[in-house]
Parts: sequence; structure tokens; C-alpha cells
Amino acid sequence: MAYKILARDDITSESVRMVVAAPHIARKCEPGQFIILRLDGKGERIPLTIADFDRDAGTVTIIFQKVGKTTYHLATFREGDEISDFVGPLGRHLDLGRLGTVACLGGGLGVAPIYPKVRALKAGGNYVVSIIGARRKDLVILEEEMRAHSDELFVTTDDGSYGLRGFVTDQLKLLLDEGRKFDTCLAVGPIPMMEAVCRLTAQHDLPTLVSLDTIMVDGTGMCGSCRVTVGGETKFTCVDGPVFDGHNVDWVETKRRQCRYVPQEKQALERFEKDRGSK
Amino acid sequence: MAGNGNNEKPAKKKVVEKKYPMSEQPPAERIRNFNEVPYGYDVETAVEEARRCLQCKKPVCIDGCPVEIDIPGFIEAIAEEDFAEAIRVMKSFNNLPAVCGRVCPQEDQCEKVCVLAKKFESVAIGRLERFIADYDYEHGVAPPTEIAPTKGKKVAIVGSGPAGLTAAGDLARMGYDVTLYEAFHAAGGVLRYGIPEFRLPKAILDQEVDYVKSLGVKVECNMVIGKVFTIKELLGELEFEAAFIGTGAGLPRWMKVPGENLIGVYSANEWLTRINLMRAFEFPEYDTPIWAGKNVAVIGGGNTAMDSVRTALRMGAETAKIYYRRGEKEMPARIEEIHHAREEGVQFDFLVAPDRVLGTDDGWVRGMELCRMELGEPDESGRRRPVRCEGSQFEVECDMVVVAVGTYPNPIIPETTPELELTKWGTIKVDEETGMTSVQGVFAGGDIVTGGATVISAMGAGKRAARGIDAYLTDK
Repeated sequence: MAYKILARDDITSESVRMVVAAPHIARKCEPGQFIILRLDGKGERIPLTIADFDRDAGTVTIIFQKVGKTTYHLATFREGDEISDFVGPLGRHLDLGRLGTVACLGGGLGVAPIYPKVRALKAGGNYVVSIIGARRKDLVILEEEMRAHSDELFVTTDDGSYGLRGFVTDQLKLLLDEGRKFDTCLAVGPIPMMEAVCRLTAQHDLPTLVSLDTIMVDGTGMCGSCRVTVGGETKFTCVDGPVFDGHNVDWVETKRRQCRYVPQEKQALERFEKDRGSK
Repeated sequence: MAGNGNNEKPAKKKVVEKKYPMSEQPPAERIRNFNEVPYGYDVETAVEEARRCLQCKKPVCIDGCPVEIDIPGFIEAIAEEDFAEAIRVMKSFNNLPAVCGRVCPQEDQCEKVCVLAKKFESVAIGRLERFIADYDYEHGVAPPTEIAPTKGKKVAIVGSGPAGLTAAGDLARMGYDVTLYEAFHAAGGVLRYGIPEFRLPKAILDQEVDYVKSLGVKVECNMVIGKVFTIKELLGELEFEAAFIGTGAGLPRWMKVPGENLIGVYSANEWLTRINLMRAFEFPEYDTPIWAGKNVAVIGGGNTAMDSVRTALRMGAETAKIYYRRGEKEMPARIEEIHHAREEGVQFDFLVAPDRVLGTDDGWVRGMELCRMELGEPDESGRRRPVRCEGSQFEVECDMVVVAVGTYPNPIIPETTPELELTKWGTIKVDEETGMTSVQGVFAGGDIVTGGATVISAMGAGKRAARGIDAYLTDK
């Protein structure tokens, strides 16, 4: 069985949204869970967050940034094309329940995974303050969707082309310095961003959850490729996570493990681009 | 013809004392490729080997086989050069003979009790099993498998490893409507992700899976049961009347020593899955990357450790060494695997265990600190327990470590099926005879019940559970 792409759009020059027919997964998945896909018989297995789902339509929405061979390749898939393998829902469903006032920070493509959580938090009666960031204005994603499900929304850009000039942490720091109180912080984005958020929130004793996007193979706890040290213990992102207490994550180790295939990833992407160029 | 004598049956047969040898790829050559090591018997050799069988009146070899193959029966047919009959006999007991002929520990089972083995070498039962399976795949001589009229009852099998494939095949033959669920994108379980190409070519596995499908089994890949459907949902809204859980012992056990998360430390599962299932050895033709060390240490003494270390050589390691905490005699790996590893240049260090993995400043493996062991009193497994020799610590250099010290049962189904009774080790409790769990209509077998064991014992459990399910559904 293959999995058909029902809709596809470029939401920025770097990222793509796809709606995929996967009724079994749509029936069961919850915010914060992820899928693993493999494009074809020679593909690798990569995890992607479930950005949205529609139980009635039997669809799962994924949003991804073109960063490596597989995501560049997937970006070439059009409506009606099929993905060979699409597995899920994986990871723990985290029932956030009623936390009070929650700061939700999404950096870059991290807005995609935080969006379903924001929606669930808002529906659960929490006061949601969202801060989303990108390098430039045209790379900001899901702004309207986030605004619709947040009580307050702040936008930051690295170059100041939209919203506050700076990082999401700068905006959060402003709010904390103003004396705003939060019961919990949720942060999803690149590792340096999540690490910076955790450094800041630790100073304010603000409990912070992060969602990790580590390198996986099976996604069911079998291989340990995705392991991280949390509070001195080894955890598997695929089955114990992907959400962890950010103040206890060993960020140095997480960063190193995330970079361990950089030369191969570069080689695979160059080869893919060369192949495409010759076609 | 090879061997003793001519085509006419001699009046008095002289016993050939040793097994006919099976030719193999030479070590120096094979460590540079992933092709299968032994080539298998040709027809002449197989027939001669089959004629060594004494055709005992009371064949004890059958008692030594977990799936109760009529061993003298299929061997006699080979001896008579009736290969269609030989494969018919074989497949009436065993759905996966090409697998079993390659990976079963025959030396501890059928061949161990072979009467010939009392004075000479046993009949090469495993090699003959492989021969007849391969002969059939090449020539297609097997008569169509008899399938009972449909019973109109649906059975779900969860996990497509040796236990699941066996249960699925047997139930389909009994006339059940069988769906086999697999979490990965390809069926086979540990046969797919764990056992390397050079021991079990994936093309052979594909043929075995296709055979099980040909019996009417529907295979659904990419289905993580427990996540996408619970067992309760399978028996409820999906209308299966029974389910079999054969999800194996797929979780890696760690050494729990400092440095285990350094880059270059792999669980055996990750190392082997990247290479076997994802074919990272063909990167960049295949997309999955791998990083392979030049100076490789593998921790453990089982078949998985041997597979890992031999794979490391094929991935370009200059040195590859097994570190095992007990002695050579205590190694659980098959003798054949240890022998092949030695031939290929694998080094062994016994009675030694890592205290820590040492890293470079940027987080890569640079070596290990090890401690010498000595053997004390026997433990619950009957093997002498390794005891640390304090003060014996020493360092070795290596740039990659594979941890192959065992596995735990996969918890996804137990966690999502709270009614299932478990043992203190997290394995599922079953009735030994029927394979039924504490939940009506839910059966289990293989490593999820026993903890990490062999392919053939899982197949035996699949076979028993198929009978148990049939009895349960017949009475229901």
C-alpha cells in the first residue's frame, strides 16, 4: 500500500506542506506525535511531526523544510504522487491538560510541530501566548493558524523584516522582564534555539518542555539511534518522547549526535542534485 | 558422482564417516563482499549425503526438531532423487526451510541426537534442508500446497518474524483468513533487519515470504500494532476472532557504562538494521547513511555479536575484535559462526568487560577501559558467573563500539494491552501448550514470550500457537 499526496503547497521558499491520505493514522493520532516516511525502495526512514490531521477525511498533514536529500526529493513530489511508506502514529501523546498560562515558542520550522499543541492547549482552556520566529519575513509559517488559536501572538525575525528584530528568546525575555508570569513554556525548533530558551527559562524557574527531532531508523524503540540523555538517564526520543523536560536535556550530547552523519548527508544531497541536474 | 560407489545400490554400504563438505567463499575474498558464505550442496553431493542417513526405525532426530520435521522422510526422498517428494515432506512441516537450513543451530538440535553422531559425524541435516529448499526455488518442483477449505474466520498475526510467519502460514493452510501485520516496510522481522545478507540473503527471505503469501496470507506493512490499532481493536471493530502476538525481543540492552552515548557507539540493532534492512552498505545508492569504524570493538558473545563483527569487517574495518565477559566455552554463538568469524580474522578477548567508553573532546569514541573477569559459581542460566578482578583495569583503542549484550521484549503491545499478564522480565505469560495469553483469544509466541532465543524456537512457538488458535476457534 502506498500513501497518496492529496494536496501540496510551498508555504515558503524553503518549506512545503503536504496532505497525505493515511486513514489509519488520522483515526488515531494526537498532537505531538509523528510519522516516519520512506519515499521509495531505496529511501531512508525519516521522522516528521504530524502538523495537522483530519479524522473524517482520513488525512495527515506534514510540513517539512528542504534540508537534506530526502526532504529535497519529497519536495519534488506533486499532488497525486505516492509515498511508499508512511508509518504512525509514533511517539507518546502528551496530554497537556490544563496548565494555566503557557508560552509556546516555535522557531523556524518548529512552528509546524508546535501548532497542534497550541490548538490543543487553547481548546483545553489554557491562556496561550505564542511566539514564532524565522530568519526573514517570507520564512514565517503558519502565522494565521497560530494567531487563530493563541490569546496573544508575537513574531520575531532575525533581520527585523517583520515583528521584533531578534530571536524568539528575545521576545520571551522582554515579556519575562515585564513581569509576565507563565506556568509552563513549550519550545520547538532548532537545537540551539531550544537550548537558549531553556537557559533563559531556567533562570526564571519556568518549567519548559521541548520536542526533539533526533535521527531515527525504526521509530519503535528498537535501535537507539535517537537516544538522548535526560536527567542523567538515557531515553529514546521515539518511544519515551519526543517531548522532554528541557532543563534536564544534555544539549551538548544532543547537538553532537545530531551532526554525526553530516558528511554523508552532504554527499547524498550533492548526488541527488547532480542527478536532477542531468535530467 | 562424488563419494562412495556407483549408481547401483551396493549390497553392503560402507558408512561414510564424515559429512560431505559444503564449499564456501574463501575468507580473504568474502570479507570484501556481502555475498553468502557457504554455497550449498550440488545435487550429487546432496544425494550422497542423504544416503549416509541410517533411516532409523525410531528417528530421534525428529524429537530434536522444534517444528517436528519428518527428517528421515525428506532425506530418504533426496537419497532416491525424488526432490518433489522431499520438498513436499519438508513443507508439510516447515514453511521456511531455506531460512532454517541456513540459520538453525542444528548442532544443538537434530544433528546433536543423530545416531550416526555417536561414532562419526551426524548426517548434515541442515545442509540437506537448505539444499532441498534452494532446489525447489530454482526448479519449482514442489506440488501445490494443500489448503483446507475456508473456515470463514479471521485471524490477525502481529509481527512477521519467524514466529509470525510460521503461525500465519500454518493457519492459512488450515483454512483461516489470515492478516499479518508488520511495523517495518518489509516482512521478515529479525530475519530482515538482524541477520546479515552473507548469512541469509534477502532474496531467499523474499522467496519464503512470497511462499507464505501464496498460501493466502495478507501482509500489511507499516502497521505498528499498539499504536495504529490496539489488540482490543483488532478483536473488536476489525472483527478478528483471534490474534497472535509475535513481536519479538527488539529492544536493545545497554551496558549502562559511562560513554555509551558517544558517537561511534551503536546498539547491534542499529548497526545491523541500518545495514541489513536499510542497505546502508550500498550508500549512496541507498539513502541511509552509516558511519563505520576502522578499529571496531564488539561487546558480547552471541550470534548477534558475531553478525555485528563480521559485518564490521565487510564495512572496511582493519581490526575487529570481540570482547566477551565469560570464556570461549560459554559463548552462546553457534560454533559455525565463531569458526567463520575466526577465519575472517576476527580477534577475541575473553573474560573481559567494559567499564567505560572513552571519548575524544568532540564526542567520538577513542577507546574503552576494560576490566578483567574470572568465572565464579554458576548463575541461573547454568553458566559460571563472571566476577570482576579489581585492579585489572586497562585501556584499549578503538573508534567504534557495537553493544551486542542482548535485547528486551518489545513493550509497545504490553503497554497498550494492559489486560495482558506479564512476567517480571516484561515477557508475555502464555499457556505452554496452546500459546494462549491471559486474554481470551489472544495468543503469543517467540521472543516476546521467551526473551531473546533462536529463530527455530520462535517457529516452534508459532506452530504450537497455530494449533492452539485452531483448537480455540473450533470450540468457540
